[in-house]
Amino acid sequence: MAEPVLEVTGLKKHFPVKKGILRRTVGQVLAVDGVSFAIGPGETLGLVGESGCGKTTVGRTVLRLIDPTEGTIRLEGHDITRLGKSEMRPHRRQMQIIFQDPFSSLNPRMRAGDIVAEPLKVHGEANREVRRERVAALFDRVGLRAAQMDAFPHQFSGGQRQRIGVARALALNPRLIIADEPVSALDVSIQAQVINLLMDLQRELRLSYLFISHNLAVVEHISHRVAVMYLGRLVEYADKTTLFTRPLHPYTEALLAAVPVPDPATRRVKIVVQGDVPSPLRPPPGCHFHTRCRYAEARCRTEVPALREIEPGHFAACHLR
Amino acid sequence: MANHDHALELEKAGANISGRLSSLAFLARRYPLGAIGGVIMVVFLLTALCAGLTGLDPFTTDARSSLARPGGEHLLGADFMGRDVLARIVFGARISLAVAVGATVLGCFFGVVIGLTSGFFGGWFDLLVQRLIDIMQSLPLLVMALVMAASLGPSLQNTIIAIAIPLVPSVARVIRSNALSLREMPYVEAARAVGMSEMRIAVTHVLPNTLAPLIVLGTAQLGSAILVESALSFLGLGVPEPHPSWGRMLSESAAEYVRSAPWLVIFPGVAISAVVFGTNLLGDAIRDVLDPRQRQ
Amino acid sequence: MSERVLEVDDLQTVFYTRAGLVKAVDGVSFSLARGETLAIVGESGCGKSVTALSLMRLVADPPGRIVGGSVRLAGRDLVKLDEATMRKIRGNRIAMIFQEPMTSLNPVMTIGRQISEALILHQDMSRNAALERTIRMLDVVGIPEPEQRTKEFPHQLSGGMRQRAMIAMALACNPEVLIADEPTSALDVTIQAQILEVIAKLRREFGTAVILITHDLGIVAETAERVIVMYAGRKVEEGSVERVFADPQHPYTRGLINSIPRLGLIRNRAEESSRRLQEIPGMVPALSNLPPGCTFAPRCTLASEICRREVPPFEQKIPGVFAACWHAGRVAVVANG
Repeated sequence: MAEPVLEVTGLKKHFPVKKGILRRTVGQVLAVDGVSFAIGPGETLGLVGESGCGKTTVGRTVLRLIDPTEGTIRLEGHDITRLGKSEMRPHRRQMQIIFQDPFSSLNPRMRAGDIVAEPLKVHGEANREVRRERVAALFDRVGLRAAQMDAFPHQFSGGQRQRIGVARALALNPRLIIADEPVSALDVSIQAQVINLLMDLQRELRLSYLFISHNLAVVEHISHRVAVMYLGRLVEYADKTTLFTRPLHPYTEALLAAVPVPDPATRRVKIVVQGDVPSPLRPPPGCHFHTRCRYAEARCRTEVPALREIEPGHFAACHLR
Repeated sequence: MANHDHALELEKAGANISGRLSSLAFLARRYPLGAIGGVIMVVFLLTALCAGLTGLDPFTTDARSSLARPGGEHLLGADFMGRDVLARIVFGARISLAVAVGATVLGCFFGVVIGLTSGFFGGWFDLLVQRLIDIMQSLPLLVMALVMAASLGPSLQNTIIAIAIPLVPSVARVIRSNALSLREMPYVEAARAVGMSEMRIAVTHVLPNTLAPLIVLGTAQLGSAILVESALSFLGLGVPEPHPSWGRMLSESAAEYVRSAPWLVIFPGVAISAVVFGTNLLGDAIRDVLDPRQRQ
Repeated sequence: MSERVLEVDDLQTVFYTRAGLVKAVDGVSFSLARGETLAIVGESGCGKSVTALSLMRLVADPPGRIVGGSVRLAGRDLVKLDEATMRKIRGNRIAMIFQEPMTSLNPVMTIGRQISEALILHQDMSRNAALERTIRMLDVVGIPEPEQRTKEFPHQLSGGMRQRAMIAMALACNPEVLIADEPTSALDVTIQAQILEVIAKLRREFGTAVILITHDLGIVAETAERVIVMYAGRKVEEGSVERVFADPQHPYTRGLINSIPRLGLIRNRAEESSRRLQEIPGMVPALSNLPPGCTFAPRCTLASEICRREVPPFEQKIPGVFAACWHAGRVAVVANG
């Protein structure tokens, strides 16, 4: 691919577990445990997994809202892994974020127009008229009316609030947008509106997305490449078609089998994987998935499988492939 | 038939009410105690603000009217120096209001600053402040105010300060807990993702959203402040001569004249009780109205 | 046709709010056969949850109230019963499980005690007999080490386990009807599959009729036999799951089905995974201010004069599928475009 917009190598984020009055560190939660991927211009990487897999932490770490423990993050070729606050600032123009909850992602006491204008203000656009014009253009682009700029968030519906969030993310003309479950809290018919909007914007502006979601159907629709995470590790990474039609990792298989398909005419083989998702505080040794894997062998209990390129462009972390 | 039932229930729920006045009337019907509290506070406020316009004179002494009974020229009687009790109550309201509002505003201001910094920025500052608040809150408001007043000396300004300082911990605590939860909000994260400085985020995003509970807190503190001022003045540590103060009116008359001239004790006492009662009723009602769980 | 275990006739539930009268459930009728799974699907505000709560007589009064219609469980009208009698039926003959098991289970009572309580209360069992049955129920729902679990508290169980415990509690007294209100929305996908499997298995073993309330059309397609689509408090479509998905009669149903991404790749329909999702323009109207005529008309591409004036009747459009639409026939033709 062309020079990637985002390149993440060996990313790790550990959270210390503190106990006692003196808050001594008794252990680590390996929320993200060695994740690598790249996103090209105009491309969407879908990052999927269930609760506790670390996908949200990956998003936050890439954005440098959380500091990584190890690894590198390259944004448009620049290494931003350890930059300080003021050094980060110019780079922040290139990556923005859209959140899951349309209710808490907007300051309830600010007008919609001001919320979208704020990034411009912070990055030096002092002229109020210029800001207002740009915000009006952004509103128009995301399907809102400029007249709504003076309204407060509570006066908008969930879908409209999410559009305001998208407008805010676009304000600085970023190359990359981290979308953290952007449609999960919306009604089904509104989801379609927002998904279509995101895809249209990607085509128009050659935006890249890191699309974090637990909804496989949405990920299939919007992504070019897909990465599957389980308990902090990447277990499979491939282009969309390959991953969905020829999954290599047992967990991917299980995920795909578990998703209910809205087509009664399709009868699929139901692989219902047993057991609970282990707690990130006490991940199983060796391959994290071995406790629920129908193919597990002795080796899986002790050795951590590395993410290997099984076919060109198709990576999986499993001993049995 | 069903339509009649609907109309009744809808009225109870307050449907189709437009306009400030009818909204107010609806609230008054739903929270009658709060309405009473509101009326008391309005009377108190007007009395204090319009004291000068009444033409009453609380300062002039008149030996002939000493210990006059209520009625006639002195509607509520006169004290041993012949000063009109009604006039002193009306002007006393002004003092009480000044002290209460002054102390509450001062206390809230510092409480907000400390609570916000502590909650939002955290770290060792927060730990330190937390412990200080704990210590201060372990002493009752009155005791703390007493100590302050005794060390600062009796004067109007010192009374305000003495009452304001003990108010700071409660305000700081509430603001701090709000700030703690707000700093995790997605819109705060969005501001960080844009590169906004922490200070700016604290002021533009966190501060405005922490202020909601202040209304309820402030009203409650107002009542406490009035009570404490009365107590301090009663003990001679509060507002000094010649400012009329309900508390000092009580202390001057309680021991000697409670049986011979009870009006000197009753009226100031009623005034204090009524106003504090009013702030509590109003504060409770405001809290209920603003309670998000009461909404649909 | 199997015996009907539940018959709902013209149910009407309203809420009195500051915004006015909210007709949350506006004349909903349906019946449930023994052992059948009926899905009620719709988006937020359509009235599906209020319908479920109305069946259980759990609508908070104030501000809500059931103002019309009947709910017959084995012939008895639940709407007309007094609270004391209703309590004997709730949890006994008709039970409900909710989306958030953590808030529906008492955090300070052990699992065993909560489930046994229902048995002791409704079935007049002794404490020991109730405990035995509790352990059996926990085993049936697939909770490992059930005797140990009876002594544990809800917070000690994972989300999936808690939901299983809720199911065990709901089915302990072997009710005729189980209402499941978004039972898996808060769960991970793999755990969701487990729970749906448990519900299906129990349905087969106990013969319970299930009303499944959900917004997820995938779950409807895979678990339900019949489906009711609700919009703004009314039914807009009803029929067998196969027929409704294959040939939806109401524009809203069609819009819903076409607006969701459908995992085309794993069904060997690659073109489905890249087509543009159909949008339903506009938003659900405020329930306190419904438009006259068909409530969906403002958002419907087929809407005409009559739609805006008169409420369309709910009638059979193709064999086995009922819908409320003046243009239902036309939808079927446009569909294949």
